[in-house]
Amino acid sequence: MKIKIIIFLIILNLNVVNAETSLVDSNKIFKNLRCLVCQGQSVGDSNSEFAQTIKLVVRDQIKEGKTEKEIYEFLIEKYGDWIVYKPPLNKVNFVLWLFPYLVFVAGGTIIFLFLKKRDNH
Amino acid sequence: MQKNIIKLSIISLIVFIIGVFFIGLNKSSIYDTKDLVGQKITNIQLDHFSENRIITGEDLKKNDFTLINFWASWCAPCRDEHATLLKLNNDEKNLKILGVNFKDKKNNALKFLKDLGDPYDDIARDEFGKYSINFGIYGIPESILINKDLIIIKKFIGPISKNDYNFIKQIVRKQ
Repeated sequence: MKIKIIIFLIILNLNVVNAETSLVDSNKIFKNLRCLVCQGQSVGDSNSEFAQTIKLVVRDQIKEGKTEKEIYEFLIEKYGDWIVYKPPLNKVNFVLWLFPYLVFVAGGTIIFLFLKKRDNH
Repeated sequence: MQKNIIKLSIISLIVFIIGVFFIGLNKSSIYDTKDLVGQKITNIQLDHFSENRIITGEDLKKNDFTLINFWASWCAPCRDEHATLLKLNNDEKNLKILGVNFKDKKNNALKFLKDLGDPYDDIARDEFGKYSINFGIYGIPESILINKDLIIIKKFIGPISKNDYNFIKQIVRKQ
């Protein structure tokens, strides 16, 4: 009996894992894609010709079993990094990604030096 | 020493911020895909306009140069560039023009070609605009000049101008 329960749980777990991996949320992808012909709208928010076509293509690719990452990569290859709101880290934009951390460290250092100076006085 | 570090940090920060604004404000804020030249177009599959076959990359490899032109009968700027396309097709033997009829009704497209002339060596049909995404198209008219290795030489956003015409002529005749 115990073995049967264990097998049942394993199969159930596998199903849940499979369901999670195959479920790509198209709306999430639309929200992260910039509508190139609109003023500050995402593909999800826009009803333009361009946005409608992108939605069709994204839905097709999800049906083909492509992952969210593969869909972004395909669109970045065709339209450049500008198409996604969260561009991947590369040699052109690494400063943007690192800047907040640099400011954090620099700010911390300045505060530390101020406090040290005040203590010395 | 500490004062100097603080001064240096503040100056560096100000210089950095001014630099970012300077570069950012000097750049054109209108994005286009003109910079995506040098890329190879892969996975070309287009339905033929009138025949029951698919136009693939292999078909385009037979041409020295191909100008892929995305057009529709409902697109006014497409009418403007039509005369230039006819001239290109007439003058340049090294260049083949593939027209991709974009989100259009077949009858309207045929009437458009009948009225204005047919500059295309071959015509494909992209009824829902889905195939055009593979070419990085986001509006029409757009044209892509590719060589026989299917590498993008230049992208033309909007109707083909006289300068574009001269550029294409220059590239094609260099061969």
